[in-house]
Amino acid sequence: MEKFLNWIDDRFPLTALWKSQVSEYYAPKNFNLWYFFGSLALLALVMQIVTGIFLTMNYKPDATKAFESVEYIMRDVAGGWFIRYAHSTGASAFFIVVYLHMFRALLYGSYRAPRELLWIIGCFIYLALMAEAFFGYLLPWGQMSYWGAQVIVNLFSTVPIIGDDLGIWIRGDYTISDVTLNRFFAFHVIAVPLVLLILVVVHLMALHEVGSNNPDGIEIKEKKDPKTGHPLDGIPFHPYYTVKDIVGVVVFLIVFSIVVFFWPDVGGYFLESNNFIPANPLQTPEHIAPVWYFTPYYAMLRAVPSFLNSQFWGVLVMGAAVMLFFFLPWLDRSKVKSIRYRGGMYKAWLAAFVVSFLILGYLGVVPVTVWGQFGDKVPLLGGADRATVLARVLTVVYFLFFILMPWYTARDKTKPVPERVTWR
Amino acid sequence: MRKLTVLLAAVALSAAGEALASEASEAGLRMEPALVNRLDVESLQRGARNFVNYCLNCHGAQYMRYNRLADLGLTESQIRDNLMFATDKIGSTMLAPISRADGTAWFGVAPPDLTVESRIRGKDWIYNYFLGFYRDEDSTTGWNNLVFPSVAMPHVLWNLAGTQKLVETEYENLEKAEAAAIAIKGLALVEPAKGGKWVVKTVAPDTPGTLSAVEYKAFVTDLVNYLDYMAEPIRNERINIGYVVMLYLGVLFAFAYVLKRNYWKDVH
Repeated sequence: MEKFLNWIDDRFPLTALWKSQVSEYYAPKNFNLWYFFGSLALLALVMQIVTGIFLTMNYKPDATKAFESVEYIMRDVAGGWFIRYAHSTGASAFFIVVYLHMFRALLYGSYRAPRELLWIIGCFIYLALMAEAFFGYLLPWGQMSYWGAQVIVNLFSTVPIIGDDLGIWIRGDYTISDVTLNRFFAFHVIAVPLVLLILVVVHLMALHEVGSNNPDGIEIKEKKDPKTGHPLDGIPFHPYYTVKDIVGVVVFLIVFSIVVFFWPDVGGYFLESNNFIPANPLQTPEHIAPVWYFTPYYAMLRAVPSFLNSQFWGVLVMGAAVMLFFFLPWLDRSKVKSIRYRGGMYKAWLAAFVVSFLILGYLGVVPVTVWGQFGDKVPLLGGADRATVLARVLTVVYFLFFILMPWYTARDKTKPVPERVTWR
Repeated sequence: MRKLTVLLAAVALSAAGEALASEASEAGLRMEPALVNRLDVESLQRGARNFVNYCLNCHGAQYMRYNRLADLGLTESQIRDNLMFATDKIGSTMLAPISRADGTAWFGVAPPDLTVESRIRGKDWIYNYFLGFYRDEDSTTGWNNLVFPSVAMPHVLWNLAGTQKLVETEYENLEKAEAAAIAIKGLALVEPAKGGKWVVKTVAPDTPGTLSAVEYKAFVTDLVNYLDYMAEPIRNERINIGYVVMLYLGVLFAFAYVLKRNYWKDVH
C-alpha cells in the first residue's frame, strides 16, 4: 500500500494535497453551531448533482413532454419520487444553508481582511446558485414554472433601449417556449453546475490559503507554537472537524428527511400547488410568486414605483440589493470583526437587516393587497397598499444597513478583543 | 429637519394605529374539512369506483395507470371486471373517453385532467365543491356552485344528492356576516353587497336525492379520498419508509455523536 502511495506521490501530489487541505489544515478549535453550514452547503451541492443526474436520465426537455415526464418520474420510475423530492427539497435546503452560512459571515466578520477574496468568490457562488435555481424552476413546465420564468425574463426586457432584444436573446423566442426550455435545461444541467463546482473549489482553496475565521474574529496564525509551527488555537481539520461535521450532516439529514418523507411540498413553499397545472401560455395565473428564496428581492421589485414610464428602477434596486454584498469587506470599518466585541449599533443594524430580509421574504410570497389599504385619514399614505408601504420602508432599511455601514461601524463602541480564542 | 421628523412620526403613528385598529376579519369562503383517511382501503376502493363511474366519463387521469389500483388491495381481475370500461390494457392510463375538442364544444371548456387535481386544489376544496352545487336558472347548465362560481360542469351527482338552492342573507357589517357564516358550521361564502352591507351565501336542500345527506357526504368523502390518493399514489409508502429512515438516522446520530466526543476529548 505504501509502495503504491509512493508511486502515486512521485507522479501526483496526493499525500501533499491531503496534508495541506485536510489532515494538516489547522482550523480554529472554537467553531460553534454556525460553522456547520459551510460543509452542509457542500453536501447540498453534491446531493443536488447526484439526484440531478438521475432525474436527467428520465426527464424530457420538451414543451410537450416535460410535465408528463415529471409525473412519469413521480409514478413509474423506481424510486423516482424520492429522487425528485430530494432534488426539490435539496434546492430549498441549499438556499437555507447558504443563507445561514452568509449570516455567519455577518456575525463574525468573516468577509474582513484577509478574507475579502474568499467572500467575493462566495458572492459569485450565491449568484450562480440563484441562476441555477431560476433555470431549474422552468423545467417541470407547470404554470408557476412558466409564468415565473416569464416574469423574470421580462425584468431584463425593462432595460432601456436594448431591453426587448435582450429578452428575445434570453428566451430565443418571443415568449417562453420549447426553445427556452431546451436552453434552460442546458444551463441547468451543465453550464451553471460546472461554474458552481469550479467556484466552490476556488472558494475552498482561498479558504485554506487564508485560514478560517472564528467566532472571536481573531487570527489564530498570529500565535504559533514555536516548536511545531502550528497555530496554538488550531486543530487539524481531519480528524477533528471531519468527525464533528459528520454530526452536523446527520442532523441535517434528519431535518431533510422529515421534509422529503413527511411533508415534501411544505405547504406550497417548496413545491407550489399551481405548478401541478401544466404550463398554459394562454392563461395567466391570478397570483405569480417566485419560490421563497427569491421573495425578499421580489418584494423589493414590486415595492419600487414605476418612474419616467419605466419599471427598470425596481430591477435596478433588486440587482443592487444583491450586488451590495460584494462590497461588505470595504464598507465595514470596525476595529473588530466578531459581533462578540462589537457595540450596540452594529448589533441593532444587523438585527434590523435580518428582520427586513425576513419580512420582505414574507411580503414577496403574498399579494400586495394582503393587508388592505390605508384609510383616507392617514396623511400621505391614504389609499396605498399597506404591504407595499411596509415593503418600501424595509427596502430602505435593507439598503441603509450597507450604505451607512462605514459610518456606524467606525463610530460604534467596541470591546477589547482577547489574545486567544475563547469557548462559549 | 425637525418639522420633517414630526411629519414622519405623525405618518408612522397614524399608519400603525390604523393598521392595528382595523385588524379586520376576512371576507371569503368558509369550508367544511374533508375527513378522509388515507389508510382506509375500503374507502379508497369505493372512491375508485365512484371516480370511474361518475368522473371518468368526461375527465381523464392521464398519468394514472389502471394496474396501479393494486395499491388499493385490488387484484388484476377485480380491476378489469369492475373498473376498466375505456380500455382493455391493464397498463393503460385512465384517459378521458371524450376528446378535448368535444369537451370544449359541449361545455365551453375541456374538462381538466384530474390526476393531480388534489395537489392543485386541496382535498377540502374538492369536498366542498361537491357540496356547493345549487340550482341556478340563469346558467347554461341549470347549475351553479358556491365554491366555483359559474362553473362549466353540471352537477353530475344530482340524482344522488338531490337539488339545493342558494340562500342569501344580508347583514349590516362584516363582523355580523362573519359571525353568521361561522354559525352555519358548514359551507358559507361572505361577500360585500350593495350599500356597504355584507351578504352570507350558503346552500339549503330543495328536493331529496337517492342518498340521504349523510350518505352523500360519505360518497363524496370516498371520492375525495381516492382523488387525494391518485394525486400521489406513493404517499403511504413514502411515509412508512420515512419512519424507517428516521430510526436509522437516529441510531447513526448516536454513533456520530459518541465518535465526535471521543475525538474531541483532548481539545481544550
